[in-house]
Amino acid sequence: MPFKRYVEIGRVALVNYGKDYGKLVVIVDVIDQNRALVDAPDMVRGQMNFKRLTLTDITIDIPRVPKKKTLIEAMEKADVKTKWENSSWGRKLIVQKRRASLNDFDRFKLMLAKIKRAGVVRQELAKLKKENSS
Amino acid sequence: MAAKRKTPVKTRNPDLIRGVGKYSRSKMYHKRGLWAIKAKNGGVFPRHDPKPKAPAAADKPPKFYPAEDVKKPLLNKRKPKPTKLRASITPGTVLILLAGRFMGKRVVFLKQLTSGLLLVTGPFKINGVPLRRVNQSYVIATSTKVDISGVNVEKFDEKYFAKEVQKKKKKSEGEFFEAEKEDKKKLPEGKKEDQKAVDATLIKSIEGVPELKAYLAARFSLKSGMKPHELVF
Repeated sequence: MPFKRYVEIGRVALVNYGKDYGKLVVIVDVIDQNRALVDAPDMVRGQMNFKRLTLTDITIDIPRVPKKKTLIEAMEKADVKTKWENSSWGRKLIVQKRRASLNDFDRFKLMLAKIKRAGVVRQELAKLKKENSS
Repeated sequence: MAAKRKTPVKTRNPDLIRGVGKYSRSKMYHKRGLWAIKAKNGGVFPRHDPKPKAPAAADKPPKFYPAEDVKKPLLNKRKPKPTKLRASITPGTVLILLAGRFMGKRVVFLKQLTSGLLLVTGPFKINGVPLRRVNQSYVIATSTKVDISGVNVEKFDEKYFAKEVQKKKKKSEGEFFEAEKEDKKKLPEGKKEDQKAVDATLIKSIEGVPELKAYLAARFSLKSGMKPHELVF
């Protein structure tokens, strides 16, 4: 099983520990064996240990340590945001966030909706069973 | 004492720094107009004879001296502040009661009473919780709000909820051993009317929001997998 996602300049990664937890960042330079220089449109460029990053499938085309403006343009060109939000990983994270932010009233409405949906499914199943048996 | 002025006079001698006034003694004499008062009185400062004092009542010797000196307790002039209401609790907030007979019920908050307790109602027709007082500490405030603008809660205060004083009945020997015939305490009609009046407008605004009525009728409980410190209320 060869590696598919490599640490390279332009690799988009997800921060999985620390102050910027959950953010998408771009690797703009490699400092040494353990650390990379990362940058994102809404944060100050800084170093991060590789252990704090999880690599994604997305890469963008940038020179080594680009200016913020170039970085943002490159991200727009590669359409990182939509690619991420359409990927199954990105979609899962969005759903997790939405579920965590549900109000007590929202959870109640969700419960009612689940029960309703289950009722409809069960009705259809009963119908199909009846057709099959007859 | 001379007649008091309606507004107290600001000092005529402002401080230059603490302890040092701007004007000297002689200047202040002139500013206070003591020369004018003297002139009116013929060169002498007016002197009034002291008012005749009422004769002081004769002090009787006390009829009891304690065996050892009794210490007087220290004076306490502390005035407790009114209970601070949590910022998340505003009129119309849906609260979850955490203790007591109505544990788990979701109720509507009306106002904070002078004692600091919260005035709360079910509404009664929806979940059986009447107009009731509840302590802030036994309540979770949700972020769901109900429109409470049409409700008049002015008349409810601490006296409304005070317990009625029972008159003690003297029992004879025989009656002691009989089972106590207690009259069942009936709710006075006035309180029922108050409940209906408050709930009428409330229920209308609740029915305006879909599924809110069923929400208030249901009880809250922690299910498997719910972590209270991670839940958003």
